[in-house]
Amino acid sequence: MSDEVRKGEVVLEVEDLSVGFPTPDGLVQAVNGVSFSVSSGQTLGIVGESGSGKSVTASTIMGLTNQKSANVLGSIKVGGIDILRADEPTVRGLRGQEMAMVFQDPMSALNPYYTVGNQIGEAYAVHHPGCTKKERREIALGMLNKVGIPNPIQRIDEYPHQFSGGMRQRIVIAIALVNNPRLLIADEPTTALDVTVQAQILELMKSLQQEFGSAIILITHDLGVVAEAVDDVMVMYAGRSMEKASVTTLFDNPSHPYTRGLMGAVRSLDHSSRGSLHTIPGSPPSLISLPSGCSFRPRCDLAASLGDTCSLKVPSMRRVEPIGSLSACHLDDQQLVNLTKKNFAS
Amino acid sequence: MIAYVTRRILFAGVLLLVVSLFTFLLFALLPTDPAALTCGKACTPERIEANRVRLGYDKPVTTQYWLFLKGVFAGRTYGEGQGEFTCPAPSLGYSFSEKDCVTTLIGRTLPVTASIAAGGFALWMIVGIGLGMVSALKRGRWPDRAISIFSVIGLSFPTFFLALLLLFIFVIWTQILPFPSYVAPQDDFIGWCKALILPWCTIAIISAPSYIRLTRFGMLETMNEDYVRLGIAKGLKRSVVLRKYVLRSALIPIVTVAGLDFGITLGGAVFTESVFSLPGMGKLSIRAVIDSDLPVLVATTLVAAVFIIVFNLLVDLFYGFVDPRVRVRT
Repeated sequence: MSDEVRKGEVVLEVEDLSVGFPTPDGLVQAVNGVSFSVSSGQTLGIVGESGSGKSVTASTIMGLTNQKSANVLGSIKVGGIDILRADEPTVRGLRGQEMAMVFQDPMSALNPYYTVGNQIGEAYAVHHPGCTKKERREIALGMLNKVGIPNPIQRIDEYPHQFSGGMRQRIVIAIALVNNPRLLIADEPTTALDVTVQAQILELMKSLQQEFGSAIILITHDLGVVAEAVDDVMVMYAGRSMEKASVTTLFDNPSHPYTRGLMGAVRSLDHSSRGSLHTIPGSPPSLISLPSGCSFRPRCDLAASLGDTCSLKVPSMRRVEPIGSLSACHLDDQQLVNLTKKNFAS
Repeated sequence: MIAYVTRRILFAGVLLLVVSLFTFLLFALLPTDPAALTCGKACTPERIEANRVRLGYDKPVTTQYWLFLKGVFAGRTYGEGQGEFTCPAPSLGYSFSEKDCVTTLIGRTLPVTASIAAGGFALWMIVGIGLGMVSALKRGRWPDRAISIFSVIGLSFPTFFLALLLLFIFVIWTQILPFPSYVAPQDDFIGWCKALILPWCTIAIISAPSYIRLTRFGMLETMNEDYVRLGIAKGLKRSVVLRKYVLRSALIPIVTVAGLDFGITLGGAVFTESVFSLPGMGKLSIRAVIDSDLPVLVATTLVAAVFIIVFNLLVDLFYGFVDPRVRVRT
């Protein structure tokens, strides 16, 4: 498979994706007109607070969002196939083969009743009908080796509860990568792990990406993980994407007021530790009744300077020159650039 | 594993001994005189005394219990000379009101109760798990609602009323079925089914609702597990995910409850047997209570306890077999 994939080929294209869940209290608009694309070899980080729509975006790409109980609009193209319009067998053929997922909590992501070898082999066998038992076992052994499980010949017949959290996440990664998928979606893969294990898992994903050339979407709320493991970043807020930039641009020149607030909320070692942690005033809006115009407006200290503009119009993504990032803000380029300077000054 | 099983079986044996001791003591301390119940109104004190000696009621309670235990393993002979008779091992005593060894009585009634329990159990498991699955898969839609109405009705019917209702509808009113009269399945299988279909339905309708709820709840809970989502993310078919991922973990707790419920039902379906007048262990116990037939009461209590202990053990072993997390390392 990897022979056909040229580096830089677009693997996933999400256009104007909206996901809403009807509830008795009203429509919960979890994702609201999000667009992005990922190419092979690239790692895209999706960052945002809880409830910003990151995980819903991920599970909708995998086709795990039930379209009967959710309103899904837009298009998601994986290898050219729009999975929102394709029939179930087609999407099923893509799952695990072209795209795979790593879940947040490795403690609950593995089936407790089957051996890990069985579960890895099963993921292989789904897309290789007619493969022999021996073949499945060989493949599972190979994957356990690749993800760095010590003594795989003995451990292949063990059950998930006999492994530590970090080891389980390695097994989940082995399951995800067994068919050499072109797209790997990792939904907070390190959140449930110890800090030392986090680094190991990120390292593992990076090295496997180099080997397989997959595109990775790394969903996280941890800016440290973003800085370490990601090429490009998309910042989400209340279901909308606020800013898209390469990781260096985002950290050096965060252009969007929300991104700036997010960066400010991280304690860094070179700042004096006195004084309280900077926070963004207010709390994220209810997804049932979003504020008119820009969703970040009620918490933005610059919205007032633009008069009514922010409450009348939803800002669209546009390139901010000369920084080069994409930002959804009504402020003009000059104002946004000034903002980034102010950020440095503080 | 073998050590674990041996340990569990030994423990079950000790438990049975304790249960037998308590049952025996409880009935021995009752203010009724068992010897006085051995013959009718025309009894003379001499005959009562003779019977007392013959049955061993003249000895202290501890000796009586020892003789009882010995009888279980070696059989027991009552009286001497002309009036002598023997209840062979395993002897559970002698019932004067039935004029027979208790073991014989149990042997006669147990197949009836076992037939009722086994058929009822099979039916309630099929109905309970089947409808529970439908309910979970169609959550919130009309099949789910219809099934939940059925559950409430089933749960709120008293057994004897439901049994009478079925009897009235199928035997008296429409006359589709004959009045139940038990025949052994090896003699007349169709007749056996005909006699037991109403008791089975009674037990199934009463017991199935809790299984519907257990299945529905277990499946809905499992469906939200990450590993089920991972199963779908692997590209497995919905039916495979349902079988290998959802049903398996949803059914394990149900088997636990089912094992115990079956054990309890085997001890005698008292109401069902009484209404359909089937000569099972439940009916035997009721008769023994009314007649203060102590040997029979002790025996039926013990047999019921054996079933519960045995099925408890089986469930535990089953658990270790299907769930790797409780498998004992040896």
